[in-house]
Amino acid sequence: MTATLQFQAGPAPAVGTARRGRTSTVASLMRRPSFVVAAGFLVFLVVVAALAPLIAPHDPSAQVLEDRLKGPSWSHLLGTDDLGRDVLSRLVYAARLALLAPLISVSVAILLGVPAGLWAGLRRGWVDAVTGRLSDTLLSLPGLAFALAVVAVLGPGLFNAMVAMGIVFAPSLYRVVRGATLAVAEESYIESARAIGCSTRRIIWVHVLPNIAAPFLVQVTILMGVALLAEASLSFLGLGVQPPDSSWGSMLEVAYQNQYDAPLAVLPAGTALVLTVLSFNTVGDAIRDTVARRRDS
Amino acid sequence: MTQATDPVLSVRGLTIDLVGPTRQRGLVEDVTFDVPQGRSVALIGESGCGKTLTAMSILRLLPPELRVTAGEIRFAGTDMVSASGRTLRGIRGGPVGMVFQDPMSSLNPTMTVGDQIAEARRLHLGESRGQARAKARELLDRVGIANAARRVDVYPFEMSGGMQQRVMIAAAIACEPRLVIADEPTTALDVTIQAEILELLRSLQEQMGLAVLLVTHDLGVVADFCDDVVVMYAGHVVERAPVEPLFARPRHPYTLALLDSVPQAGRARTMLDVIPGRVPPAGAFPTGCRFQPRCRFAVEQVCAAPQPEFEPEPGHRCRCVRVGTHELSLEKVS
Repeated sequence: MTATLQFQAGPAPAVGTARRGRTSTVASLMRRPSFVVAAGFLVFLVVVAALAPLIAPHDPSAQVLEDRLKGPSWSHLLGTDDLGRDVLSRLVYAARLALLAPLISVSVAILLGVPAGLWAGLRRGWVDAVTGRLSDTLLSLPGLAFALAVVAVLGPGLFNAMVAMGIVFAPSLYRVVRGATLAVAEESYIESARAIGCSTRRIIWVHVLPNIAAPFLVQVTILMGVALLAEASLSFLGLGVQPPDSSWGSMLEVAYQNQYDAPLAVLPAGTALVLTVLSFNTVGDAIRDTVARRRDS
Repeated sequence: MTQATDPVLSVRGLTIDLVGPTRQRGLVEDVTFDVPQGRSVALIGESGCGKTLTAMSILRLLPPELRVTAGEIRFAGTDMVSASGRTLRGIRGGPVGMVFQDPMSSLNPTMTVGDQIAEARRLHLGESRGQARAKARELLDRVGIANAARRVDVYPFEMSGGMQQRVMIAAAIACEPRLVIADEPTTALDVTIQAEILELLRSLQEQMGLAVLLVTHDLGVVADFCDDVVVMYAGHVVERAPVEPLFARPRHPYTLALLDSVPQAGRARTMLDVIPGRVPPAGAFPTGCRFQPRCRFAVEQVCAAPQPEFEPEPGHRCRCVRVGTHELSLEKVS
C-alpha cells in the first residue's frame, strides 16, 4: 500500500537516497495529528475485535434478568441492557461486525467497480457508454431502499444486506477508477510500456493500478465509513445482524426502545459508531489532502 | 543508400487512414523508405505531416481509429502490418526499441528507473529481477549516468529531464535491439542537453551497430546526426536522399524552401525566407502534389497529376514531376 502511494511525491528538491518517495508520503501523513489519532483508533479497533474473547469481561449473550438496564458499575462498566447482558462485552464483540460488515460491502464494490472502471477507462467507446449508463442507473437507486428490497427477497441477515450495499457502492468506485484510468491512459508511459512489449494485463497491473491507487484508497476509506453507517441503520431496523449477535446498530435499537428507563444507554454504541465513522473519514481526508498538496507542489 | 544487405526496416507504399465517423483518407499516403543496418535515417517534416504517425505505425502503436490501409512494413523479414499481437509484443522492446518525445511523462512515476529499464529484459529475455537490475545498472552506466549503482533505485521525479531521457534510451537499448525509433527525442530538452543526447545516441549506434530512425523537425539535428533523410510533407514523402546531396542539391521545391528558411549565422539582419501559406489540413489535401498551392514553381496541369517518384541521381529520389522530367532545375534558381 505504501509503495503504491508514492506517485504523488512531487519534484523533490534534490537527488537523495533511494526510496525517498516511498517514505516521504507516509512520513507526511504521520505528521498530521488527525491522521495519527484516527488511524490509531482504527488499529485499536482491529486489536479489540481480534482479541474480543480476552477483553470482554462477560459472555456477551449471558442474560441476568434481575440486572436489567443497570447503569455503570464495577461489575458492568457500561451497565447492562434490557436482558441484563453486559454492554461493554457486547460493544467489544460488535467491533468485529463493525469491521466485517464494511469489509464485505466494500469488497463487493471493489469487485464490481474496479474492473468495470478499468475497462471503461482503457477501452472507452461503447464499453464506457454501457458501464456508465449502468452505474448511473444504480446511482439513481436509494441505497438503503435497495438493500431493504434485497433483504426482503433473500431474507434478513448481515451478509445479504452488506452485499446489497456493496452493489449500491460500486458506481462511486467505478466513477473514481474510470476517471483516474482515463487520465493515466493518456500518459505516455502507458504508450512506452506498450512500446517495450507489455501485454494489456501487465500494463493494468504494473502501470495503471499503482498510478490510480491514491484516489482509489481515498474512496475506499470513505466508503468504509458509509458502509458502517448503512450496517448500523439496517441492524437498527432489525434487518441486518440477527439476535443473539450484537451490532452497534442493534444495540442502539435496544437503547432506543428503553430510552425512558435508561436514557444514557445510547451513549456506548453511539459513541463507538461516531468515532469509527469519523476515523474512516479522517483517514480518507488525510490521504486526499496529502495527495493533493504534493501534486500541487 | 545502396547496401549489399537487406535493410533492417523497409516501408513500402504505407497509407494510413482515419476510420470511424470522422473518416479521412491518406493522412499518410504511399510512404516508402528503408532503414539500412547500422545507419541513421531522419524522418523530417513540419508538425502534422505524418512523420510521427509513420513512426508509430512501424510498431503498430497507432490508436485504434487510425489504420494502415495499404502498404507494407517489413522489419527484419517480419511483416508488421499483418503480425499477430504476440509477434508484435515480441518485437516491441526487443529487436526494436523506442524513445519518445517527453521523457518526463514517458516514465512511470511509481516505478524506480532501474525496474523500468529492467522491465524489457524481464519480458523478453525472461531474466530474474536481480539479473535484470544488475543489467540495468550497467545500462545506466553506459548511457552516461554517474553513480549508476545508486541511481537504479531512484524514482523518475528525482532526475532531470536530460537524465530521464538517458533512462529512456537505456530502456530502449536494454535488449540490444537492431533498430531504435526515436520520436523527437530532444524536443523537450534544452539545447545543451540536446547535443549530449544526440552524441549519446550516435556513440551507441556505432558501438552496437544500431539502425536509428530519428523523427525530427530540426534540420540542424539531421545534418549533425543522420546518414539518410526522408522529407515528408502533408503525408507524402517528397524527397529522400543521403544527407549530403540533400543539403547540397535539394531536388524538391519543398526541401529547397525548407532549407532556405533556416536562419543562418552569417546572414544577420537579412529577411528570413519563409514558405507562404500553411500546411493544408487533412481532408483538404490537393490532388497530385500536395505542396503545389505553396510552391513557387507550380504549374497547374502538371502538378495536379499524381506524382510518381523520380530518381534524378542514384539514391536521390524526389516526388516532383517538373524536376523529374528535367523541366525544372532547382540548382539554377537557388
